[in-house]
Amino acid sequence: MLEVFIFATLNGLVTGLLLFMLASGLTLIFSMMGVLNFAHASFYMLGAYFAYSISLHFGFWTGLIFAPIIVGVLGALVERYGLRRVHQHGHVAELVFTFGLAFLIEEAVQFFWGADTKNYQSPDLLDFPLFTLFGQEFPAYRGFMIGISITIFISLYYVLTKSRIGIIIQAALTHPHTVSNLGHNVPLIFMGVFGVGTALAGVAGVMAGPVLTTFPGMAVVLGSIVFVIVVIGGLGSLAGAFIASILIGLLQSYAIASDLGMPDLLNILGIEFSRDHPLTDLWTLTLPQIAPILPFLLLVLVLIFRPTGLMGKREQ
Amino acid sequence: MLSADDNNSKNYRENKKLAMRTPQIFRYFVLSILLVFSSYTLSQEPVRIAFMDPLTGAFASIGNSGLKQLQFAADYLYNSKGGILGGRMIEIVPLDNKQSPTESQLQFRRAVSGGIQYIFQGNGSAVANALNDAINRHNRRNPGQEVMQVNYSAVDPILTEENCSFWHFRWDAHANMKLNILTDYIAANEGINSVYIIGQDYSFGQVVSDTSIELLRQKRPDIKIAGNEFHPIGQVKDFTPYVTKIVASGADAVITGNYGADMVSLARSIIDNGLDIPIYTFYAAYDGITATLGEDGKDRIRLIHNETSNPIPTEQRKEFYRAFKAANPNNDVTQPRITNALMMIVQAMEETQSTDPYDVGLALEDMRFTTIGGDEVWMRGEDHQVFQSLHISVHTDEGVEFDADNSGFGLYTEYSVPLEETIVPVNECRMRRPRR
Repeated sequence: MLEVFIFATLNGLVTGLLLFMLASGLTLIFSMMGVLNFAHASFYMLGAYFAYSISLHFGFWTGLIFAPIIVGVLGALVERYGLRRVHQHGHVAELVFTFGLAFLIEEAVQFFWGADTKNYQSPDLLDFPLFTLFGQEFPAYRGFMIGISITIFISLYYVLTKSRIGIIIQAALTHPHTVSNLGHNVPLIFMGVFGVGTALAGVAGVMAGPVLTTFPGMAVVLGSIVFVIVVIGGLGSLAGAFIASILIGLLQSYAIASDLGMPDLLNILGIEFSRDHPLTDLWTLTLPQIAPILPFLLLVLVLIFRPTGLMGKREQ
Repeated sequence: MLSADDNNSKNYRENKKLAMRTPQIFRYFVLSILLVFSSYTLSQEPVRIAFMDPLTGAFASIGNSGLKQLQFAADYLYNSKGGILGGRMIEIVPLDNKQSPTESQLQFRRAVSGGIQYIFQGNGSAVANALNDAINRHNRRNPGQEVMQVNYSAVDPILTEENCSFWHFRWDAHANMKLNILTDYIAANEGINSVYIIGQDYSFGQVVSDTSIELLRQKRPDIKIAGNEFHPIGQVKDFTPYVTKIVASGADAVITGNYGADMVSLARSIIDNGLDIPIYTFYAAYDGITATLGEDGKDRIRLIHNETSNPIPTEQRKEFYRAFKAANPNNDVTQPRITNALMMIVQAMEETQSTDPYDVGLALEDMRFTTIGGDEVWMRGEDHQVFQSLHISVHTDEGVEFDADNSGFGLYTEYSVPLEETIVPVNECRMRRPRR
């Protein structure tokens, strides 16, 4: 049982940190523009595909560096020439714009790369087990993913809270006019934040591509869960996004690892149903089966009991 | 006749409008419009056949690959040789059902309004069941305009058992037939003492799990079922947590019916986590899967399927493969049964000199047919289930003349079962035969 617990924790951490890299960009962009970027997961997918193409010619490491840069530049261009123009028509227009963009990117990916799964592999350098515990290996690549994610979280936190740029960004988020009056170029700051946010999604894509497989549906699979995280963590809160990401990663991982289900609950309550009962599907439901919907359940609970999210500061 | 034609062209315009949504479908439409025009100038109206499978979304790669195979088979075998029924071309109309039963109903209405009477569909038994319902209802209400369901890959047994229908024909062995052979193979392997079953949480996955447990209990009562897991279809990001459970359970082998992205991710996780046990599957090859598994999957992944991939017994089928590869360098002939279905339907059309699904259906019943691979195929009349030899192949790079995904790796057949031994009795099928 202990081995399952340890590995479930590690797996949860890997998933959680990966989700955080997506959620951090999304939540930054939200606090800046007040709009949820529906195309955020699509930038994650673009990151994986760019890295795949680059890795074919120059290897994985070149892809790790350049793919996020390309994605970031693309993101900045989208903000500069797309979102900024749509902005004057209000939030709904922005929302619809990003929604459409998500479809556009998915179709473009299929058009250029085709619909089949791409053979995007992790680098040979990391192709060894980091450690073996109870006969189960933990791949070095996953350790590397944890390392990169934590490094990014710490440096992002440091830049935002300690550096001069971070202070200007924070000020621009809450008091854009004042910052503008002080002589700072606020639109440029916004474009930069959008670019960095999408680049972070790109990094997540580069690293997740080899593990979670690179295919045109990868954005859809991750898209909804990232929104759940941002809302649970509190819209616009970086620390909240971090906690929510880890929470959801672990929650799903533990749920899959457990063997509990309705039958156990019924046993405790001493109730028994025959297999012919019309609701037999409900009585035989197990926790692993419903693991993927647990985050959404958590979302509902958070919205009921703490509508601002775990760390949200927005007041009604 | 004239008014019907007017109607057709109007529907055609509407169809065209709908298809503009995605560039890919648009491209196929331009192609099919060209085809229509060329055949009009040549002689008569084409025989239109719909291909309804996911062309976008998580399972798009399988759908698109199947579409290319059907398109190629029609062009290579018939259209380039002057068509069928004395000069009529075959026109393949792609319809994207996004692997959703609801979307399939919509696409079915489109097909019907376009005057299409043959629908190829294979991915997803849930979709196949929904389509089966829709077609039966339509055929009951519109005698004379019936539609035939050409099921080339949906393997839920119910389609030829409880829900069997005169209008449904299946060209793939159903899950119980395949599992019967697969469990024989597993039972014969003395080294396997416990198996872990994992599958997608819907009708097909449930059937694979229930039947495997049942059959293994009969054949090798000593084999322990170490785990029986379901996961939501197309939703799992990372299979590592599942693999952790498999390792902890101490299983000697894994059985799964997963396909598409769910299959790649599962196999990758098993390999990445250093779990070195055989994986028995239905669909773990082609469309990027073989390339992704590569060297790591060698000699560990086995498939049960019909029509061998290596060695290929006849020169004629080798020719077909090479020509397909020349036309589609990035795809493979992954499902020879698509070609078999088309060839048998065309033969039935030629025999009856008719494209009416009723006549064609009668001619298909109990048809015995030899495929271009030299394999004998029998379409049983009572439940419209096809029978042909079944094979278990291994993922390897040795002896592979025709590889998959241009990776050097492919499938090599290790174990074959002749047609007679794959036959299962007719089960619970009380077919309502249409009266004419």
